[in-house]
Amino acid sequence: MPPHSSSRAVGVGRVLIAVYGILALAATARSAVQIIERFDEAPLAYVLSAVSAVVYIAATAALLGRGRTWYMVALVAIIFELVGVLAVGTLSLTMPELFAHPSVWSWFGAGYLFIPLVLPILGLVWLAKRRGDIETSDSVAVGDTVGGR
Amino acid sequence: MVEWFTVVQVAVAVAAGLFCLVAGLMGRLPNDFTLGATAVVFVFLLGQVVVALIAPVVGNVTSGSLLEFWTYLVSAVLLPPLAGFWALIERNRWSNVILGVVCLAVAVMVWRMNEIWFVQGA
Repeated sequence: MPPHSSSRAVGVGRVLIAVYGILALAATARSAVQIIERFDEAPLAYVLSAVSAVVYIAATAALLGRGRTWYMVALVAIIFELVGVLAVGTLSLTMPELFAHPSVWSWFGAGYLFIPLVLPILGLVWLAKRRGDIETSDSVAVGDTVGGR
Repeated sequence: MVEWFTVVQVAVAVAAGLFCLVAGLMGRLPNDFTLGATAVVFVFLLGQVVVALIAPVVGNVTSGSLLEFWTYLVSAVLLPPLAGFWALIERNRWSNVILGVVCLAVAVMVWRMNEIWFVQGA
């Protein structure tokens, strides 16, 4: 039972990583176009757009990596995203002159079907589950050889 | 861009996306049908590249940003092969889900390209 459920978690995690990858590509491409074409219109929003792109790339890479270091990088990147989408989402409503420009985080990610708002939450849930897997697999390693299955 | 071609392309990508998504959630492994559906989406994207190259020459010009349009198109073209290789390397049900997600993402991107080309004035 535990091996089955843990491989399943890794499987769902693959989908999570794929969605992160797509979002990283979309955010990077979009912020590149914005900065090249109309940086003057909203420097602050477009710089944040570029920062969010870099963080999505970091999160994608960190989720693919193994071990505690990558785990911490993923955790920090995903928390940064959650704070970013909440902060920029709120600011795009309260200070539209500065932030009401299309980016992954504006209007809580409405331009991306609110995926940027939901994804960090799913990412944190998955990381929490995977931490459980890492800890049990560390302590179960001995029991595994004894049990033989 | 040619509107009817784009509409067909979005419909094909949505159908392929839902098919792969359902196949994955039903526990099927990546097979000729799901990879084939993704390949069809990819071929349509290559068709869109040809259309985008020829259209401006024959007077069909974009109303929006050409740079933004091509950024979307190149990004979209990259997705199906990446998801396809992933499905070949890691043969489990979730690779089908990823194929589905990618096809649906392509549908959204093509729709957005259509807006850039036709709707976005000045």
